[in-house]
Amino acid sequence: MTAVDVVAVPAKRVPWHRYAGMAAVAALLIAYPLVVKTSFLQTIGVLALTMAIASTGWNILGGYAGQISFGHAVFFGTGMYGTTLLVSDGWSPWLTMLPIALLAAGLGVLIGLPTFRLRGHYFSIATLAIGMMVMSILPNIPALGATDGLSVPLLDNGFWNITFSLRDKTEYYYTALGLFAVATVAAWLFLRGKIGSYLEAIRDDDLAAAAVGVPVRRYKLYAVAMSAGLTSIAGSYHVMVVLFVDPSSSSDLSLSTAIALIAVVGGAGSMWGPLLGAWLVIALQEYTRTYLSTTGRTIDLMLFGALIILVAVVDPRGLVNLIKRGYRRFARRS
Amino acid sequence: MSLLSVAGVTKRFGGLAAVDSVTFDVEEGTITGLIGPNGAGKSTLFSMIAGTQRPTEGRIRFEGKDVTGWQPHQAAAAGVGRTFQLMRVFGSMTVLENLTTAAHLRHRTKAAARAFASEICAETGLGPMAHRPAATLTGATKKRLELARALATSPKLLLLDEVLSGLTPTETVAAIALIEQVHARGITIVLVEHVMQVVMSLCPHLVVLDFGKLIFQGSPADAVTDQAVLDAYLGA
Repeated sequence: MTAVDVVAVPAKRVPWHRYAGMAAVAALLIAYPLVVKTSFLQTIGVLALTMAIASTGWNILGGYAGQISFGHAVFFGTGMYGTTLLVSDGWSPWLTMLPIALLAAGLGVLIGLPTFRLRGHYFSIATLAIGMMVMSILPNIPALGATDGLSVPLLDNGFWNITFSLRDKTEYYYTALGLFAVATVAAWLFLRGKIGSYLEAIRDDDLAAAAVGVPVRRYKLYAVAMSAGLTSIAGSYHVMVVLFVDPSSSSDLSLSTAIALIAVVGGAGSMWGPLLGAWLVIALQEYTRTYLSTTGRTIDLMLFGALIILVAVVDPRGLVNLIKRGYRRFARRS
Repeated sequence: MSLLSVAGVTKRFGGLAAVDSVTFDVEEGTITGLIGPNGAGKSTLFSMIAGTQRPTEGRIRFEGKDVTGWQPHQAAAAGVGRTFQLMRVFGSMTVLENLTTAAHLRHRTKAAARAFASEICAETGLGPMAHRPAATLTGATKKRLELARALATSPKLLLLDEVLSGLTPTETVAAIALIEQVHARGITIVLVEHVMQVVMSLCPHLVVLDFGKLIFQGSPADAVTDQAVLDAYLGA
């Protein structure tokens, strides 16, 4: 009998430039508010980091598990409303984040139970519909301020209250950066072992995943719980910056689209995707809003449409992959 | 007690019985060939054993337990590994990541799963390709990866769905060597195959289906002289 040639698996180590890249990105993020002093640009930074957290959440379900959701504003809104209500009751905003995230995770599981019976585009359409349903239910709930919305009560300045001077956004920026770091580490820990492998297997081929023992539905539920929780934490922080929440600022379709788009533009299924995507999309959005403000809100959606087309044409795997490819070409030449 | 026991299993799609009260046993440590002309119901029978389809009637027992209508992941957990006729590798993962994912079924930590996956990877001859993305592999290598991935779940029973079809003669020889090596580990194998010569030499026991019905079971030597089998293949 001819034996199969047994060749040992060659070891693969993490190349040094991956750590160098990480350090460079961290240095840039830390230096940003020290270099950039205008309130407008600092606000972009705060918003970009907040949306990067929301998108990191989306990425777990959409990028890793391959279940594209167009309803993540529901979880972002859960964070905004939940934190507003609890802070009004005298809670520290920090203490509201985890309980509200657990609530959002529960909500995610509740939405997932029926919708995960659907596959591919049908799942996405269902999440879109749920987002729109929530959007039309919210104005009818007096406890949530109906159409008027709710304001976060003014708290004393300080880290414990996430309330800082409004003239300079540096403190808001660094708080957001810290929260983003925590969220990213949490996502990384969640995905690094068996769960991450199983989610990617489900994305690539759910039948094959089941055949190697993956309980597909249960793992999709794990994914949506973690995903919804992280996105809700972004909402909790966001409401402490804008101090106001109403149906259109929390559950809008364009918010759901933005959360998904950021991850897709940056690189779905990559830890760096949401960060890169958020800076690009938020900067573009804020600049167009400022300089083309007379055209109204819909300019965002036009911009998003153009970006989707651009990503699809240039590199469907997003900016992160584009940079990787560029680096490889550069490394080969030198 | 047989490892796998199929008793009176029927699958109806509307009025058509794709599998019609089929009964056979698979003993531990054997290689069984499941053959029959196109549309005989081989793949449907396979799907019912692996849990992707539910029998309309009849019982399936694995290690003596009634497992009729179980879910695919339950089948895998109980020790039934399978390959797909149309290759279904995890395309965005490397070869080793494909195997690690499967190894996670019996190995909790990433390190343990990776170590076992590396072992399987080397033993199945995929060592040099360990870090290649699975989507870039050739058809023959994808088939080999599917088999390796099933092995990484440490199965007791391996269901191979046409792992040899579409291979060149050289690739076929290599694939047969691999199947024999797997069998030598003590893993029971049921294989669906079109390539008759291969089945004849590889399987001491054959089950032949035609139009959903079991028309023969026994040794290859008896199969080639059996009138029903000849009629099914050559047309009566």
